[in-house]
Amino acid sequence: MSDIVEKTLTALPGLFLQTQTGGEAAAAKASLSSRLGSLVRGITALTSKHEEEKLIQQELSSLKATVSAPTTTLKTMKECMVRLIYCEMLGYDASFGYIHAIKLAQQGNLLEKRVGYLAVSLFLHENHELLLLLVNTVVKDLQSTNLVEVCMALTVVSQIFPREMIPAVLPLIEEKLQHSKEIIRRKAVLALYKFHVIAPNQVQHIHIKFRKALCDRDVGVMAASLHIYLRMIKKNSSGYKDLTGSFVTILKQVVGGKLPVDFSYHSVPAPWLQIQLLRILGLLGKDDQRTSELMYDVLDESLRRAELNHNVTYAILFECVHTVYSIYPKSELLEKAAKCIGKFVLSPKINLKYLGLKALTYVIQQDPSLALQHQMTIIECLDHPDPIMKRETLELLYRITNAQNITVIVQKMLEYLHQSKEEYIIVNLVGKIAELAEKFAPDNAWFIQTMNAVFSVGGDVMHPDIPNNFLRLLAEGFDDETEDQQLRLYAVKSYLTLLDVENVFYPQRFLQVMSWVLGEYSCLVDKETPDAVITKLYKLLMNNSISSETKVWLIAAVTKLTPQAHSSNIVERLIQEFTISLDTCMRQHAFELKYLHENMECMKRVLPVNKSCEDMVVDASLSFLDGFVAEGLNQGAAPYKPHHQRQEEKLSQEKVLNFEPYGLSFSASGFTGRQSPAGISLGSDVSGNSAETGLKETNSLKLEGIKKLWGKEGYLPKKESAIGDEAEAQPIPQESVIMENVDQAITKKDQPQAHMQSKEEKEKQLLASSLFVGLGSESTVNLLGKADTVSHKFRRKSKVKEIIKSGETTSTHNMTCSSFSSLSNAAYEEDYYLDTSQDRGDKGLKKFSLNSELLDSELFTALPMVKKPSNCSMSAPSLFADNNLEIFYPFPSTPAPAAKEISVASSLSEEPTEHMHSDLMEITEQPECCLPVMEAESMKNFQHSVQMEEPFTEGTVSGFVNYEMIDSHSAQLEFSVTVSLLDFIRPLKISTEDFGKLWLSFANDVKQNIKMSESQAALPSALKTLQQKLRLHIVDIIGNEGLLACQLLPSVPCLLHFRVHADVLALWFRSSCSTLPDYVLYQCQKVMEGS
Amino acid sequence: QMRFMLLFSRQGKLRLQKWYLATSDKERKKMVRELMQVVLARKPKMCSFLEWRDLKVVYKRYASLYFCCAIEGQDNELITLELIHRYVELLDKYFGSVCELDIIFNFEKAYFILDEFLMGGDVQDTSKKSVLKAIEQADLLQEEDESPRSVLEEMGLA
Repeated sequence: MSDIVEKTLTALPGLFLQTQTGGEAAAAKASLSSRLGSLVRGITALTSKHEEEKLIQQELSSLKATVSAPTTTLKTMKECMVRLIYCEMLGYDASFGYIHAIKLAQQGNLLEKRVGYLAVSLFLHENHELLLLLVNTVVKDLQSTNLVEVCMALTVVSQIFPREMIPAVLPLIEEKLQHSKEIIRRKAVLALYKFHVIAPNQVQHIHIKFRKALCDRDVGVMAASLHIYLRMIKKNSSGYKDLTGSFVTILKQVVGGKLPVDFSYHSVPAPWLQIQLLRILGLLGKDDQRTSELMYDVLDESLRRAELNHNVTYAILFECVHTVYSIYPKSELLEKAAKCIGKFVLSPKINLKYLGLKALTYVIQQDPSLALQHQMTIIECLDHPDPIMKRETLELLYRITNAQNITVIVQKMLEYLHQSKEEYIIVNLVGKIAELAEKFAPDNAWFIQTMNAVFSVGGDVMHPDIPNNFLRLLAEGFDDETEDQQLRLYAVKSYLTLLDVENVFYPQRFLQVMSWVLGEYSCLVDKETPDAVITKLYKLLMNNSISSETKVWLIAAVTKLTPQAHSSNIVERLIQEFTISLDTCMRQHAFELKYLHENMECMKRVLPVNKSCEDMVVDASLSFLDGFVAEGLNQGAAPYKPHHQRQEEKLSQEKVLNFEPYGLSFSASGFTGRQSPAGISLGSDVSGNSAETGLKETNSLKLEGIKKLWGKEGYLPKKESAIGDEAEAQPIPQESVIMENVDQAITKKDQPQAHMQSKEEKEKQLLASSLFVGLGSESTVNLLGKADTVSHKFRRKSKVKEIIKSGETTSTHNMTCSSFSSLSNAAYEEDYYLDTSQDRGDKGLKKFSLNSELLDSELFTALPMVKKPSNCSMSAPSLFADNNLEIFYPFPSTPAPAAKEISVASSLSEEPTEHMHSDLMEITEQPECCLPVMEAESMKNFQHSVQMEEPFTEGTVSGFVNYEMIDSHSAQLEFSVTVSLLDFIRPLKISTEDFGKLWLSFANDVKQNIKMSESQAALPSALKTLQQKLRLHIVDIIGNEGLLACQLLPSVPCLLHFRVHADVLALWFRSSCSTLPDYVLYQCQKVMEGS
Repeated sequence: QMRFMLLFSRQGKLRLQKWYLATSDKERKKMVRELMQVVLARKPKMCSFLEWRDLKVVYKRYASLYFCCAIEGQDNELITLELIHRYVELLDKYFGSVCELDIIFNFEKAYFILDEFLMGGDVQDTSKKSVLKAIEQADLLQEEDESPRSVLEEMGLA
């Protein structure tokens, strides 16, 4: 007990000189009078965990009886809640009290309510179902005239509030932004911030009000609004550049001490506010010289002002340094910031030193010489007794690793790895080592040994990519075939030695790697016969500690080796053993081995030696089974139906209780069918072919795609560059650099303590020289500019990855195209028209290539373009143009969508282009989008469909058109188109009956009341607005209620029920998509407010 | 933004917990147990910052109590340390030289102060005066016979 009573005063020397007795007496008094007190004391008196459990269970059952008794007063209830919170904190379940906590918040007087709200916020999380019961209470309290009640409600709202109920309180909170009390305004801003975090689209319409909060006369409210701004700027800094000046002014005022003293912390003016502003400035100034220039002064002043030797000034300094390094660089500031980092690094206080390392870590890539400056400190931290310091140092070293210092750095990392037990650290570090080893390995032996260490330590927690990449690297090799063989040979030898060691357990993943390598490459080792290897593998197979997954790898290795083996004793024994295994998977593999073993010829053909990278020709259409199928059909078997077809049939047969919306399920199954071939059908669409041919084309393309991924040709273009790297990597004057560094280090050390050259020091310097090799000022450029050209031994691997990635994107792209083709017949595709024409005196043949790139990831799209004869295009507003090319939107005569799109177009200021005449164009084909050969004097229309995968308010489709003039002068025209949700909304024409069915089947709904101006108040006019502007289909009108329906293309339905009371429009949306209603609601609000 | 805040004693008893990100009950218990173990094993002269899971943990010991905040990687550790300190100052001012017992027996008060200081994990009000004023306002509504009157009276606030 004695240390519990220990006063914190000791830890806060001189801060508060109040008498100690007061607090003690109060605590004692409180503990005597309250039931909680007796509970706490009861628990402290106990000695065992078991006794505690008994006591608490007793307490909980008595509490349960009390809270559920109808006679319990609210005051008692409040007291019970406190005890319940205490029990929960100790780790016991008090869920029976949750509902009573809500009741207390609802019914109690202020004090009881406060405890009720506290209990709710501690017991429940924001997805808890009981939380819905709190909504009414919150709404009531928000409308209360009592400030304390309003505060409580705002506090609870900012902590836990169900996302879907936000519309219910949003208008009330918005109102509070104009409240006369600053505390209410501040809390309201923070509550809105919280909404912005959990449901950004719902507070989109109040951005203007945030600006008002930023200009609030109260500092607290302004500071609160910065939370929102920081978040919004993080997402999209370009939209807020205009505020840079305001932020700078605020920071200037804060730094200049213009704020009330209240906001100072240990005589530093508003440090939290300063840090928030510095972060915002850092984001705004990133890669933007003009904006950065606005803030140089104030940053300079911040660096200068922060001289007070207190933690909080260091906190500001740290943020300031971060900002200086993230914005557009200014050498003076960088110099000062570098000095600050020095202050941190050299500080005797461990917390500051740590931050110094952290700062170095992110600065190092911009300025490697800083690491050189602090090399001795870094070395010291590497052996720091606090593992956290070591870890941060390793993080720093990881960033400066190059081909020359890799061995030392990886050795240090491995040392740390062997000491740590925490899984997170191991996973992280193992990944880094593997990455560095692949990039910079000096030789084969080192690489294999390092990877061995990675596999044995990282074992089964490491990322599965590591062993996979390693195996792929071995199999695919790099450029030099003999070098490849050497590496493989070394790996095999190393594993054979490891397996000879008795009583060592290797992680399963490591064993899997070994078994694959041995199965594939042990033939490279002359002195080891396949039989001996098989014996070793067999021994492992009989080991009980090995998982069945690994055993499958082992048996696969044995299978590969069997055709090469001279005697088959062991294999036969193995077959005997495992064909009766209880593990079905093992049994299957054993049987496969058995049957292959019986036919040695076939086995040799199926399992050729060292051919893991050869292409396998697979007959994807399974044509060799045609005979079998025909026979089956002849004998009366039912023809095969693909999955989606079966599902469709099943659906249409089911007459009762179909809960799925019809439109949705059909199109979804239709999709899977068409998407699966994953090929391009864009060509087919342009040429007007049917979907069937599209599918056929798709098949042939698909094979091509696969070849690209795995075939040898795919990697070819990368080869020369890799060879170049290899050549470059060799001549490194390593020793000279080391010497140079030693000299540097020595001279540095000499100045302060010339005589202290102990042996230890020398060791450190040696280490320093080996660590910081290649970081000298001359090689700085090297690290920065050509970082990648520095000897990447195993360079190919990363490229393989790249290729695969690009392959993947292509294939997804293709999928879109195919889905597009399926839609193109329907009337609702989104069309953009690209008009391309060239002008002036260019004659002859022109090459024209069009490359559309979709930058917005939210858009699952391809681009539509239409080319039209230039002379008629004059009337249409052009979208983008340069001297030769013009892109414009469709003609005003095109139906509904055009109206909106043209307005977008006009906002992009365009200059009309002259069209002299046009020539023949030849079009180079691009996988994504290409123009067919054009006839002279003509224009072509190109269409792409843009599909919305997930609802959003606004997005951009951007891309560029590449074309080449006859005189081979090529040009590029970039363009971007803003698309909004409305562009993807179409009326959904359904009957009232269908509406009812759909309505009941949708789970996601959103309700909102909108106030209307008088002119709109009548139902018909409101309807008209919605019908025209949002393209909603009016299903039915019954009295003062209306039913409307729309769909998000391709077929996500959204239903709207609305009712008019006086000047309030009650909207109720339902949809099968969880986010769509929010977005449509937002559009509705905009439309209704706007008109 | 802060993920959670924990107060626990040197004996590993949880005194206060505030979660700013929805976390399941089971996960909470596991995290609390694990983190307590890690923090309690730290030696006195060590760094106040920890990398733990994918989070940064900032902790400080005041007498027998550990104050422990989990923040995200890019957040400023030092200012979080000061945030803890400001919270302790607030508790101290409110309780009149606070001790662990005050927090055990009046933990709901400690929560109220925290809520007034941080809202949803972000600093709401850093002015000591106005935080305490807000708490007092609510406290003053308390009936006369409620217990920790004396503290307020001593502070001249009642």
